[in-house]
Amino acid sequence: MSDLPDADEFIKIDHSTPSTGWMDTPAKIRPGMYCYASNYRSVEALGLPNARRWNPLDDDWQIPDNWQQIFLEGLQERLDKFRSLKIFMDICVRCGACADKCHYFIGTGDPKNMPVLRAELLRSVYRNDFTTAGKIFGKLAGARPLTLEVLKEIWYYLFQCSMCRRCSVFCPYGIDTAEITLLGRELMNLLGLNIDWIATPIANCYQTGNHLGIQPHAFKDMLDFFVEDIEEITGVNCEPQYNKKGADILFLTPSGDVFADPGTYTAMGYLILFQFLKEKYGLDVTWSTYASEGGNFGFFTSHEVMKRLNAKMYAEAKRLGVKWILGGECGHMWRVIHQYMDTMNGPADFMEVPVNPVTGTVFENASSTKLVHIAEFTADLIKNNKLDLDPSRNDNLSVTFHDSCNPSRGMGMLDEPRYVIQNVCNNFYDMPPSTIRENTFCCGSGAGLNAGEDMELRMAGGLPRANAVKHVHEKHGVNMLACICAVDRAALPDLMDYWVPGVDVIGLHELVGNAIVLPGEQERTMDLRMEPLPGMEDEADE
Amino acid sequence: MNSSYIFSLILVIILCVVAYMGGNAEGLRLVFGVMIPYLAVFLFVLGFLRKVLGWAKSPVPFSIASTCGQQKSMPWVEQNKLDNPSTTFGVIIRMFLEIVCFRSLFRNTRMRFHKSTDGVKIAYDWEIFLWAGALAFHYAFLVVLLRHLRFFFQPVPWCIQVIEFFDGFFKMEFVGEVIDIGTLQIGLPGVFVSGLILLAAVIFLCLRRLMSPKVRYISLASDYFPLFVILGIAVTGIVMRYFAKIDIVGVKAYTMGLVMFKGTLPPENVGGIFYIHLFLVCVLLACFPFSKLMHMGGIFLSPTRNMTGNTREVRHVNPWNYPVKTHTYEEYEDDYRDKMIGVGLPVDKKE
Repeated sequence: MSDLPDADEFIKIDHSTPSTGWMDTPAKIRPGMYCYASNYRSVEALGLPNARRWNPLDDDWQIPDNWQQIFLEGLQERLDKFRSLKIFMDICVRCGACADKCHYFIGTGDPKNMPVLRAELLRSVYRNDFTTAGKIFGKLAGARPLTLEVLKEIWYYLFQCSMCRRCSVFCPYGIDTAEITLLGRELMNLLGLNIDWIATPIANCYQTGNHLGIQPHAFKDMLDFFVEDIEEITGVNCEPQYNKKGADILFLTPSGDVFADPGTYTAMGYLILFQFLKEKYGLDVTWSTYASEGGNFGFFTSHEVMKRLNAKMYAEAKRLGVKWILGGECGHMWRVIHQYMDTMNGPADFMEVPVNPVTGTVFENASSTKLVHIAEFTADLIKNNKLDLDPSRNDNLSVTFHDSCNPSRGMGMLDEPRYVIQNVCNNFYDMPPSTIRENTFCCGSGAGLNAGEDMELRMAGGLPRANAVKHVHEKHGVNMLACICAVDRAALPDLMDYWVPGVDVIGLHELVGNAIVLPGEQERTMDLRMEPLPGMEDEADE
Repeated sequence: MNSSYIFSLILVIILCVVAYMGGNAEGLRLVFGVMIPYLAVFLFVLGFLRKVLGWAKSPVPFSIASTCGQQKSMPWVEQNKLDNPSTTFGVIIRMFLEIVCFRSLFRNTRMRFHKSTDGVKIAYDWEIFLWAGALAFHYAFLVVLLRHLRFFFQPVPWCIQVIEFFDGFFKMEFVGEVIDIGTLQIGLPGVFVSGLILLAAVIFLCLRRLMSPKVRYISLASDYFPLFVILGIAVTGIVMRYFAKIDIVGVKAYTMGLVMFKGTLPPENVGGIFYIHLFLVCVLLACFPFSKLMHMGGIFLSPTRNMTGNTREVRHVNPWNYPVKTHTYEEYEDDYRDKMIGVGLPVDKKE
């Protein structure tokens, strides 16, 4: 953070366009805006191409001599495999509707962060080698040859896109930059051009089952730690089950929730919810140390790595013989589950259509994939009056809700989390409509960009989100930003500190965990953060 | 890149000059009047089919709808059936609204930084002009196109006459000046609204491309070119109808000759403007399949719009799905068995 200008300085963003055309304005790879190169050991661990030490700031990226051939053949292969790519390469009319929809453009003013231009970087190469008009008219038809400079430019801007899909909502043809970015990054990976914030998590995830490389015994230790804290706060032991064969439900959540604040408090919320349901209704949920990751940074690498990492979800469900899978709060995890998982690793015919054992609700919308989102699950419990809730425990919070990109635009889960929030706390204020639901803005750190070295990019990309939070902070005194995404929980605290000091970040199920009245619990004086509950300030001090 | 419009402008002017001279050259009337139109139609049909079939050849491996509204969930949660459809019927409605009403473009907003002493507020105001301009442009073009079908049918079908009737609504204003002398009409011809709207919309879209710095920055020569061609078509069309008043009966005989493959030449007195009009239409047709104008076909196939959003309910099949190398549970347990046993985690093989 120390290299960052202060927020007042930062806000003087220049949205004017350079005097030179974009093809004649070379990209300059600038510290603060890019992520470090992939560690060769991580690249090796997954058997991906061209593992070696390299640095984006070096002139020589140490890619194979025939890199152009690899790139263009890779592009041809993907054009043949993905109708989406073919169409998105061909039909953009450059109307500019997407231009100011991108949080990175709004926050950086860099014209190559306009979704249209980000796509044109690749499209220009496509035109040059794959279209009649491009071959004949060259630059006039928007074509340019794939030089090393062009490759670097494409790389730089592919890693300034968080695959949030906001532009695709506004595009009159539904051109989806996330699709272009994912396929573009696949091409980069053919040359060994990944970033380490993605490469190392995927290598970890492959080996240990989760992005953070937490081994099974450590995973249990971490949850044990939460169990102790919860016991101190509530007097109730919420010990979970692990790797239990024959459990009814397998629970999967991003490993970020067991690793770092404030995600850890969300994990405590899950434990409290499951304990409540176990005591009252005999709910039988197991965690897994093998499938100990809900997220999937493979989704930011290639379709193949996404599939390789995702496979363990069904594999573990099958091994344990569960009826269905419950998924925790995570953004891109749910895009993968909702739109890719069943296609890639299904059909999940060894499980049953998910039924909430407490309410009897059949989750028809998950009848094939057999994965239910915990916000859907909890909303159903609340709707059927199955939870004992004391929302006043969250009365010191004035909450707004950040829709994560993927559950919004790659799934459409918008009302369920709001329903839960409104039942577990009394002060809820939505941000302006153009910044929430399907119009939501990214946290600025999605798609594997939540590293430390690209903090300037993250603060720029998060500006539109932060600015909307600032609005409700000033208007309604909002002091808590709720979310249902582990990357949000990792990224938004920095963003709030920078742009909107005084607003903290909370996972949906931390709010739930605070509000649930556990059978046999002591009088609570602290919330899950061990801070005094409203009206308990004196007791907590003792 | 900022000068790309100049190139397109010059190119279109050259095309106009070529057509004007070609039409006035005695020996080239067959080339410009018959051969080029046939060639253009041939290129259009063949190129269009090739492009669409090319798209269709690539599979849709994943179901990647942009879900722009509440999903189908529990019965008490109201689904947004238009923007996140879960049925084929819903998709049809979504596509219909997309194609016929430009629904996504209708959502367009404009981002603005409002700076004050309290800092900066970013506002997103509804921006309707691009949608309105685009809608006016496409519908006016469609009506003009349909009206021109009267040149290719004998007798003129009733539906085209209906379109003409409504399009020529403002004809009434001039009715007093029309004097019927036998079969000849003199006076001002009726004004077709569509032509004027088309001209206005094209000018708007050109100006937007030139004046808005962002749009100008992203514009290629190939973005200006079709606009200038269409501008040329609209202007020459209007000139012929209201000012040059060309020999319509002769033109109809010529166009019917094209339809019947008789190779009839345009009437001798038709003038150079007609050849410019015709040639620009041919250029537009011939370029169509090789340009961004193919968005007309592509919109129907866009996977983010033409798929249902209920992917957890209905499994989508990827025709090229292939097995991948994974780290199996057995391998995982082999790697960590001792540690797992050490903390009391269940294991499959106790060794």
